[in-house]
Amino acid sequence: MSEHILLPEGSLEKETTTLNLGPTHPATHGVFQNILELDGERIIKATSTVGYIHRAFEKIAERRPLYQITPLTDRLNYCSSPINNMGWHITCEKLLGVSIPKRVDYLRIIIMELARISDHLICNSIVGVDSGAYSGFLYLMQFRELIYEIYEEICGSRLTTNIGRIGGFERNFTPTAFEKLDKFLDEKHGYPAQLKEFEKLFTRNRIFMERTIGCGPISAERAMNYGFTGPNLRAAGVDYDVRVHTPYSSYQDFDFSIPVGKTGDCYDRFLVRNEEMWQSLSIINQAYKKVKEFKGAEAEVFHADSPAYYLPPKQDVYTKMEALIYHFKIVMGEIEMPVGEVYSSVEGANGELGFYLISDGGRTPYRLHFRRPCFIYYQAYTELIKGGMLSDAVITMSSLNLIAGELDA
Amino acid sequence: MGLTYDTIKEKLTEKFAEQLTNWEEPYGMLTFTAFKEINLKVLQFLFDDETLRFRFLTDLQAVHYPDNTGAELAVVYHLHNLVDNIRLRFKIFTDINSPEVYSASALYQAANWMERETYDFYGVNFLGHPNLIRVLNVDEMDYFPMRKEFPLEDQTRIDKDDEMFGR
Repeated sequence: MSEHILLPEGSLEKETTTLNLGPTHPATHGVFQNILELDGERIIKATSTVGYIHRAFEKIAERRPLYQITPLTDRLNYCSSPINNMGWHITCEKLLGVSIPKRVDYLRIIIMELARISDHLICNSIVGVDSGAYSGFLYLMQFRELIYEIYEEICGSRLTTNIGRIGGFERNFTPTAFEKLDKFLDEKHGYPAQLKEFEKLFTRNRIFMERTIGCGPISAERAMNYGFTGPNLRAAGVDYDVRVHTPYSSYQDFDFSIPVGKTGDCYDRFLVRNEEMWQSLSIINQAYKKVKEFKGAEAEVFHADSPAYYLPPKQDVYTKMEALIYHFKIVMGEIEMPVGEVYSSVEGANGELGFYLISDGGRTPYRLHFRRPCFIYYQAYTELIKGGMLSDAVITMSSLNLIAGELDA
Repeated sequence: MGLTYDTIKEKLTEKFAEQLTNWEEPYGMLTFTAFKEINLKVLQFLFDDETLRFRFLTDLQAVHYPDNTGAELAVVYHLHNLVDNIRLRFKIFTDINSPEVYSASALYQAANWMERETYDFYGVNFLGHPNLIRVLNVDEMDYFPMRKEFPLEDQTRIDKDDEMFGR
């Protein structure tokens, strides 16, 4: 019988299986394709393809005035858009020479740390899901919803936030925003309690530990050579954090520590992210306290005093000549930038998010480059999963916190 | 602490003398230009030297200056010394008709995809790169889209009358 079955040429001699993982496999959480060469369930070779959702942001940015680039940055790491937005505003402010009042810095820190929490909680709970523990995900997800409500209260949108402007925020935080923040920070019923429960579920869970310890490890030296930043680098044992090394937005006023791991495996990355969430909570509490200390007119400050770059209030546009002129110039993108080149970076949720902006004195950037942490460290993925099991590849991918939008720009 | 831009500049000039030019500090970051033939030597020196220790490649990208005849493409390296926490930027310029530049991917694994991206968008040909193919764009593409000769579509054009996508 068997002589009637026609197998493809060479398929009997080949002892390995080729498996196409992705680009739309649910376990890859985004459009990532990996062509794996398997010996049984062990990966002996992997080739990754990226670029499925490349949207030419750098090219588009060369045609846009500064404030219209903010929505592009939203769509990089969309799990923590506010950090990208703030990073972009900070870059512009550095180029334009706008100085920011302290209260705005603190409000920004509150938003950025909320974004960091929302990003880490997704990543960590997805690691849980991929290792077969679904409930942690549901526990934490309700608090991401609350974080999104806070964003909504401040800027009107939830996922791609476009929050803030060059020079500050579009409006002051409303009392409702602070109420929701109180609810979020509440020790008993808020996020801290939930995070504790989440940790109870996972951190010393035997199954979870055996599943993640030693899975996808990387040494500190390799990680640095591969350009790792953020929690992934810290899990390998390097205490590099942009918030401490190059403080922006007054991070130097805060007291927090940088958790580091040792082996750089999935478990260490998980622990580092969890600890970072606690640190972020502490930073938010400190910032909130500092915001409450402002009295009188200072307590109402929510933007810098730089009429040339910050959109004037609408009532003034109708009644004041100057405001009308600035309004027109800003909205039509007729602000000429100073000539120069500036590199500025913020600690994004998955690493150092850098903006390299070259201005030739025109109204749009001459060249804008996003240093996207995902893109840089995803190169190491094929090395991380080599020799491991197929199921470890899935869990390694989710614990690296890869965001397709950021990777492909 | 202790490593300052003055020290770095001194050490580099001592080693490479006239081959490094255009010393600047725009917005507080030391910037200089090197001859394109010595880019690897500069990177290696910055990496190996016991006081400099620039061992982290933060970023690598290209810029296109079409009016700069004979040196149209610039490749920009951002390096970071994590121990002393100091950054620097250096550039090399190359002719667009022969955009051959030595690849840094043997020194930094991180440079692998960064150079592929730079090749993908600007067509800089990195010599010695193990796998210089497009990374974000489709493989069939036969031009380098980030070059300035490809302007974005004029947003005020009126010759399009497609009901769904016209303006």
